[in-house]
Amino acid sequence: MEPKRSIGLAVVGWLVALIMFFPILWMILTAFKTEQTAFSMTPQFIFSPTLDSFRTALDQGAGYWHYALNSAITSVISTLIGLALAIPAAYAMAFFPSKRTDFTLVWMVSTKFIPAVGVLIPIFLVYKSLGLLDTDAGLIMLFAAMNLPIMVWMVYSYFKDIPRDIVEAADIDGAGTLQTMVQVILPLALPGLASTGLLALIFAWNEAFWSLTMVDHNAATLAPFIASFKSAEGLFWAKMSAASVLTVTPIIVLGWFAQRQMVRGLTFGAVK
Amino acid sequence: MAVVELNNVAKRYPGSGSKGAAANAVDDFNLITRDGEFIVLVGPSGCGKSTTMRMIAGLEANTGGEIRINGRDVSQVAARDRDIAMVFQSYALYPHMTVFDNMAFALKLKKYPGEDIQKRVKEAAEVLGITALLDRKPRALSGGQRQRVALGRAIVRSPQVFLMDEPLSNLDAMLRVDMRAEIIKLHRKLKVTTFYVTHDQTEAMTMGERIVVMKDGRIQQIDTPNTLYHCPANLFVAGFIGTPSMNFLKMTLGQHGMMLTGPTARLLASPERQDLSNHRGQTLWAGIRPEHLRPTDADDCAALLTGEVDVVEPLGAVTMVQMTVDGHRITAQLDGDTRVSIGDTLTLTCDSDQLHLFDTETELALPRTHAMSTTTV
Repeated sequence: MEPKRSIGLAVVGWLVALIMFFPILWMILTAFKTEQTAFSMTPQFIFSPTLDSFRTALDQGAGYWHYALNSAITSVISTLIGLALAIPAAYAMAFFPSKRTDFTLVWMVSTKFIPAVGVLIPIFLVYKSLGLLDTDAGLIMLFAAMNLPIMVWMVYSYFKDIPRDIVEAADIDGAGTLQTMVQVILPLALPGLASTGLLALIFAWNEAFWSLTMVDHNAATLAPFIASFKSAEGLFWAKMSAASVLTVTPIIVLGWFAQRQMVRGLTFGAVK
Repeated sequence: MAVVELNNVAKRYPGSGSKGAAANAVDDFNLITRDGEFIVLVGPSGCGKSTTMRMIAGLEANTGGEIRINGRDVSQVAARDRDIAMVFQSYALYPHMTVFDNMAFALKLKKYPGEDIQKRVKEAAEVLGITALLDRKPRALSGGQRQRVALGRAIVRSPQVFLMDEPLSNLDAMLRVDMRAEIIKLHRKLKVTTFYVTHDQTEAMTMGERIVVMKDGRIQQIDTPNTLYHCPANLFVAGFIGTPSMNFLKMTLGQHGMMLTGPTARLLASPERQDLSNHRGQTLWAGIRPEHLRPTDADDCAALLTGEVDVVEPLGAVTMVQMTVDGHRITAQLDGDTRVSIGDTLTLTCDSDQLHLFDTETELALPRTHAMSTTTV
């Protein structure tokens, strides 16, 4: 590529990144402001920072740890359930494709085309009669179902990368389906499975719609925690931002650490 | 060690033929091996040789016929229960395992005791000269080394049958010749019935005890390399086996004699070699191998091909000459000291018992006379 063009692309890249990053930057800045400065009409970049909002958000009464624990439980368990279902589904589709495999894949993802509100009432009623409203189990099932199509799709594409010959070699070497899966396929797809798991974890952690509609207090996650700062007395921008920062920090730190472990190219050297 | 028997084996893919009709990838495949035989399946790409091997392996189900290993019909038996080992073209090593673990994988699955596994892997590694590599991962190996590991993984199991699917095609030319010799040596030592798939007829000729020549899913001929070379069953086999390929000319057999004539060419057929009686006056394909042509300056020969030299390729020991005779391209392999240059008019001759004749309709070789079919081979 010509150097001129690559410079141009880099500038565009940075610009897009900045635009996308700006709201996050603003959230972080606001979290360190007082409610007065946060509410001021002229945006302020330079101000004397305060930890007041964080203190309020972490206060006993606000119950950050209750929400955070719910978030952790629901996102981790829903991710594990999602992986447990997505791996066998993707295995079947990647290594034993049938005439309908492509259709099945598209069909699964097409369930994501429906706006969540569209199925809110039926799911709410079902949950109500099953006693699943405001329970971790209820949220876990919703999160797992919500992430499943994308997880199947991702795991499928990672499995597709594994040369068929290797699976056939395991077959001839005497490995059954489970042995092939555990001893050959899963180790080879591990980086891909880790990325899939991480993505599902992030989606579940950040999920707001169901977390706000299906729970009251018992199973409330960090999304309702943030929302709780929007009260009848008015908006508390600074506190809400502090709550948001406290919400996203764990998942960002986790993602950052995990990303460094996800080195691809493990399959190199298997086939020429 | 085993006798492998393929009876009317067929593979039909539904709806893959033209207009959605079922297409046969392999049709009516019949073969019975001897115990410990080295069988080569050869043919152009898409001829069904790999499909046949995959059916023996159990990686694909045969849609017709039966496959027997030592008398047991394995058509419905899973690949892992057929006691066969396969070497893949891509080697298909397990990238996350060391060479030792790659070779030990099948033994561990069969729950061999640890000491036994150690012993077997070490022995196989010694045979293949890869003892020093046992702790490495496949990505740290060269192509030739990976090939050896793939062979090692197959031999540690002492299986009933070896299957090798173009195992040498990813190696460079020098290494390929070495490995070829090594695989033959290995086979002599282990005496395991082996199926070897290749598209390279040289590989087939040098390695096979018997060769199965395939085209369009059908067996063209099953024979020893020698018989394939001397008595090809049809036009395809004649052209496929031997390098450079056999020359073909369309000629007419005389009403009474043994003389074949083209517009300018003349060749003499041998009634001792093939039965000419039913083909008098017919147009036939005459085939002569390049190495059986020699220059002559006399007009007294009955067999004469005259033409202008188009290409001369001196290779040292031999000189390859191409010329055009009656519109057919003719290649001749002449002595290295033959002096010819482009544009020369060259007259070639051959012995009548080196001449192959094929029916132009059926493309089958004319029936051999009894004397010929027993003396050759």
